[in-house]
Formats: sequence, structure tokens, C-alpha cells
Amino acid sequence: MNLNKERMSARTVSHLKKGEKGIIKSFTDRAMSLKLLEMGCLPGCEVRLDAIAPFGDPICINVGGHYSLSLRLNEAAVIELE
Amino acid sequence: MKQGNIKVALVGNPNAGKSTLFNALTGMRQKTGNFPGVTVEKKSGTFRIAATNGHDDAHVTLVDLPGTYSIYPKSKDETVVMDILANPKHPDFPDVVVIVADASNLQRNLLLFTEINDLGIPGVLALNMLDVAESMNLTVNAVQLAMQLNVPVVRINARTGDGIKGLKEAVKQVAERTEQPALQYFYEPKENEIGLINEVKEIHHLENDYVALQYVCQHDNFSFLEQPVRAKLDALIEKYGFDENNFLANETVARYEKIKPIVSRAVKSQGATEQPYWTRKLDGILLHRVWGYITFALVLLVVFQAIFAWASYPMDMIDAGTAAAIEWMKGVLPEGVLNDLITDGIMAGVGGIIIFIPQIAILFALVAILEESGYMARVMVIMDKLMRRFGLNGRSVVPLISGVACAVPAIMTTRSISSRYERLLTILVTPLMSCSARLPIYAILIAVVVPETKVLGIFNVQGLVLFGLYLLGLLGALGSAWLLSLFIPRKEPSYFMLEMPSYKLPRWGHVGFTMYESVKSFVLEAGKVIMAISIILWVLASYGPGDSMNVAEQQVVSSMNTAPQEEIDAAVASARLESSYAGQFGRLIEPVIKPLGYDWKIGIALLASFAAREVFVGTMATIYSISGDTEDVLTVKQRLIQEKNPETGGKMFTPAVCYSLLIFYVFAMMCMSTIAVVYRETHGWKWPMIQLAYLSVLAYVSAFVVYQVLS
Repeated sequence: MNLNKERMSARTVSHLKKGEKGIIKSFTDRAMSLKLLEMGCLPGCEVRLDAIAPFGDPICINVGGHYSLSLRLNEAAVIELE
Repeated sequence: MKQGNIKVALVGNPNAGKSTLFNALTGMRQKTGNFPGVTVEKKSGTFRIAATNGHDDAHVTLVDLPGTYSIYPKSKDETVVMDILANPKHPDFPDVVVIVADASNLQRNLLLFTEINDLGIPGVLALNMLDVAESMNLTVNAVQLAMQLNVPVVRINARTGDGIKGLKEAVKQVAERTEQPALQYFYEPKENEIGLINEVKEIHHLENDYVALQYVCQHDNFSFLEQPVRAKLDALIEKYGFDENNFLANETVARYEKIKPIVSRAVKSQGATEQPYWTRKLDGILLHRVWGYITFALVLLVVFQAIFAWASYPMDMIDAGTAAAIEWMKGVLPEGVLNDLITDGIMAGVGGIIIFIPQIAILFALVAILEESGYMARVMVIMDKLMRRFGLNGRSVVPLISGVACAVPAIMTTRSISSRYERLLTILVTPLMSCSARLPIYAILIAVVVPETKVLGIFNVQGLVLFGLYLLGLLGALGSAWLLSLFIPRKEPSYFMLEMPSYKLPRWGHVGFTMYESVKSFVLEAGKVIMAISIILWVLASYGPGDSMNVAEQQVVSSMNTAPQEEIDAAVASARLESSYAGQFGRLIEPVIKPLGYDWKIGIALLASFAAREVFVGTMATIYSISGDTEDVLTVKQRLIQEKNPETGGKMFTPAVCYSLLIFYVFAMMCMSTIAVVYRETHGWKWPMIQLAYLSVLAYVSAFVVYQVLS
């Protein structure tokens, strides 16, 4: 698993537009990455932005077609996309 | 081999249907308590498995462990899982673990399964939510899964009860096995981990590699390890240069590598997998920037309507019933101290407890329906950003809303907040939401001081003031949360990450059971304290030092001998109260409350209303010796308006005094039941006392400022 600290400008889940899909590449925060892995967000897994809360945060993503996960933008920004 | 009594632990991901399965297995034979040594709520129950070929009936004790995505805890409550599963000496250590898995999301659910498996405790996999999986075009082959995982796999439907019998059989078979099959680890330790594992195994006499790894990673959470033992483990970690964070991530990834091929063999998908149609459609509306809030407002409206309007019918009936029962008992028992204690002390106290039952029952039923349906998770999403600004979490919304009915059940609903810090903050500020017991006080003081006129032709000024008081309570709650968050150190990082369950119809049996449980725990736990305080208050108001109360009564009777009997009785009651301990106390605290504009009479009402706020109006009625029906707001109001201030000769209840009292009641924690429930939920006196102190200071200072500015 890759921990990229320096490439902060990479595209992350927080950049997704509504309905847009992406493939998880890696995580930029260790503590958060473990939690995300346990919630089923694995590298190689496809995610889709399904909904955005009224003030733009949190967001809801579909994880691998299996279930819907709501997370804050700062949590989403940890997930880098391919 | 294990026969007769079997201990079973239930584990699973949140939303996998664990509590539904628990209810399906145990029915009503369940109880709540605490896990020994730690302050986490424990739900346990029993069931029987009928005898099969030669064996006796099996009696099963089932313990429901906190829902978790992995054995590595993310909140304090989740530490219980491994504290039990890593300690065979723990009284709740299971003979068999039942792992509940959501079949529609098998890959993620199997992560926890493989972890539990590696601990070497015999397990049964209960495959739940197959109907959801089917609606997502997924078919799960349980036999295939059982062969690959090397454990019994049972297809169940926890909601309908299908497969429960098979699950019980499987548990019994596993428990009665004469020999456990050889353990197949899903995670094989890396070479650099083996040395450490072997050393830990040797020191602690462990047989299982993975349990040894848990000693390494989680020993700080293990209540069964002494401090020196933990320090030794730390030294070992140092010696081997073990990087815990790296290990955890690598382990999880390695597990998924094992799980992926298993799932792809056992689960076949026909067409695209997608969440159920209705869930996607409803989310489009309920999370919408306009419709989302409109729906939420409508839901709130129904909740308020239920708590204030619907609950008032049973509450009035209970009130009348209690009064009638007290009246009847007074007549039946011989007159005297015992009679007074039983009727005015104990029965009035019991009445004060059961009057809350309708509101608690209705509120908990509504909250259960919203939670069961999956809507509550959406409310948390649309409110999270706002709540976060004040140090709270989207999950804090439920208790804050419930607080408008009564802080007691509201504080009980904070259990769903996984972060201990955010839960504590929520508990500390919830009593600031104006509860229904404050309404009678607001009503009478507003009636005294606010003119019944309209502004802009439509808005009733009294209504606006009332609305303002509720708003002030909400702002007070959010503001206090923000202030407290500056002082209380946050030990856990704030997470939101919340699984959005698909929408489901509520199970009415479960709603009813939640209602029953919440009422029961309120009556038993909080009830004890309310009752004790009621009795103490009765003693204080019924007795005075020496003969002072009788002397006061004689004086009144002799000075009013020509007045009608009704007036004499009222004046006597007032005089007796004045010379009672409570009255003396009112005199004693007068210097303290004087700066707020209150006299000793208001002081008694303040003291009395400490048990419960609604006592305020009744006590004021007694003190100002109103003859006739004390419940009639108009009479109390008129009497308050006429009351003269003995020092100034003018009105006692000036706008300054009334607003000062109103503000005082918005902020003050005048409620024994709330203190009792905070004690229960935080497991100690520290937080309820801190809460009482800060709310009292807030109430006093605000009331002081209001009085000084207005007078």
C-alpha cells in the first residue's frame, strides 16, 4: 500500500462530481486509511459520488456497487484516485 | 466438548442485522447491564436448543457485543470485543462466536469474520440480508462459502426468523464437537513478525499466533493485563522494531487478498450490482438541498406534535389518576405522618415519575421508527456540517431534538454516538434544550408580563417570546458545546464515516420492544433518584424546627377567625410552609437570589422545582396561598400580578423579575431526573456535577444581568 504524503495535488474522492466514478489508488493518512479499508474502501475498488449534503459536506459515495458510505470532505480527501 | 450450558457471543458489522438477530434468538428473555470492569452497556439473553440424538437440551447464554467493522476498536465501546475474545478467563468468553454478515456486502463483512476466525474461537457464520443481496442481483452460495471458510454457514433472515432454528442447531453442533478442526489462519504472519509472536506466546503461555499479535497491538485496551505486563510488551515491540500502523494496514490488505477470491467463487452477480431502487430514489429527495430540509422540518413537526399534543391525553389521565389515587389513599389510611409520607411523599413522587412515561414511550417509538427505516442516518448527514462547528457531530441531532420533550430519554439516545468525546459534549448540552416541563413555567410568567398584543398584525407577542425562549435554549446548547469543547481535551479524532443503510420498513415488534425497554430503564433507574428526592423534599416542606410550624398555624387561625374556611386553610398552608425547613431554607438563600430580583418565596419554589421544574407553578400556588384549583393558570397569574413587593410597595412581579426568572429556567439544570440519567450514562458523579455547576453559573449570571439591566 502506498502512502503518498508529498503529492497532495492528486485527484481524490473529494474532487468527484455528482455521478462521477473513480478507482481508489491509495490513501494519504494512515489512521484514516485503516478505517477506510475496514469499511471496504480498497485500492482498485470503484467508487461513485452519489449525493452531496446541502452545505457541500459530508458526501455520500457508493463503494464498489455494494453500499453507500457517507463521509466528510476531509475524510474523502484522504482517498486518492487513479 | 461442551454440553448443557453454552456461552455464545454475537459479533458483526453495524447494520448487518445483529440486534435483530439477537432479538430473534432471545425474544423477551434478555437483560441489560454492564460488562464487568468496564463501563460499556451489555445486552445478554438466553435461549434453549432442543435435544437431538442422545444429547440433552442445551441452555445458551447469548451476549451481544458492540457492532464493529474489525476487531481493532475505533471507539471506547468497541474495545470490549477484544477485551473478552482475547481473554479466556473472562466470564463472558464464548464457547462459540456467531458472526452475522450482510450477504449483500460480503467482502467487507468477511473481514471481521476472518479476524475472529484467526483468534481460534469456534465460529458459525450467519448469512443475513440475502433478500437485499437478491434485489441487487447477487446470489450467494452458502455451501461453497462454508467449504472455503471451513465453518458452518447458515442462511438466515433475522427479520422474519427464517433459518433461526438451523442457526441454533449449528451452534449446538459446534459447541458439542469432541474435537475442533485444525485452525486455518487467514493471515499468515510475515517473517519479521514471527520472532516477536513466539516470544509473546512463550511469556504469556499462548497457543495462538493471532492472539499473540493482539497482545502486541491492543494490550493497552486489555483490562486483564497489569501495567508492568503492558510495559514489558512495549519493551518487546521496541526490541523487534515492530511498526504497529504499518502492520495493521498490511494485515487488512492481506486479508482482503484472501477474501476476494473466496467471495468471487461464492457470490455470483447477474447484471450490474446496484443499491435497491427505492434507496437511490429516496436519497435523491431526502439529501436534496431543498427537499431534504423540508422533509426534515416536516418530520420534526410530527415529532413535536406527538410529544406535545398526543402525549398530553395519557399524561392528563395519569395526572388525574395519581391525584385520585392519592385522594383515595388519604381517606383509607389513618391520619398522621405515615399517611402524609405515603401520599404526599411517595405517591406524589411516583406520580412525578410515571407522568413522563407517555412522552418517553412516544419519543422512543418515533426515534426507533426513524432509525429502523434508515432515515436517521440521512438526518445526520444533512446536519453534520452545522453540528461540527460547535464541536458536536451529525449524530448529536437526535438527542438535541429529543431534548425538547424531555432531557432524560434524549440523553439515553446519545448511545448511538460512537465518539465518547462527542457523546459527552452532547450529554452536557442537551438539558439546555427547553423541555416540556419548562412550558408551564414559561406559560405563566409570559402571561404575567407580556401583553397579549400583536405585532405586524399577525404575530402574537406572547408566542414570539415563547419561541424566543426555545431559540435561546438551542443557541445556549450550541454555544456551550463550543465553549466546553475548548476546555475538555479531545482524546479520539472526530470521525463521521457513516454507513448509509438501505431504506427498510420498521419492524413493529422491535419498535414496541425499544419503547418498553426505554420506559423500563427510566422507571427503574431514574425513578429511584426522583423518588428519593421527592421524599426528602416532602420532609423539608412538612417539618420545621421545633414547634415553629404549629405556632405559625395558630397565629394564622387566631388572626383570621372571621374569614371563610377556604381562605383560612390556604393561609395556614402558606404559613406552615414558610416556617418549615424548606421555608427556612428559602430565607437562608434569599441573600443569594436577591441580586436576581427574587424573594424567599420564589426561593422555596426554586428549591422545590429542583426535583422537577413543573413543581414550580404548584409551589408558587401553595406559597401565595391561592384558594381553589391550584392548577388553574389564570388564578395563579392574577395572584402573581397582585403580589406586592414589601420593600418598594410596588408590584413584586415586575418585567425585570419575570424575565430574570424566565432566563433562569431556560439555562438552569433544575431537574433531578436529568442528573440521575447523566450519572447513569457517564457512570459516575464527575460529569453530572460539572454539568450542574456550569449550568447553574450560566443561569445565575444570565438572570443577574437580565434583572440588573431591566430594573
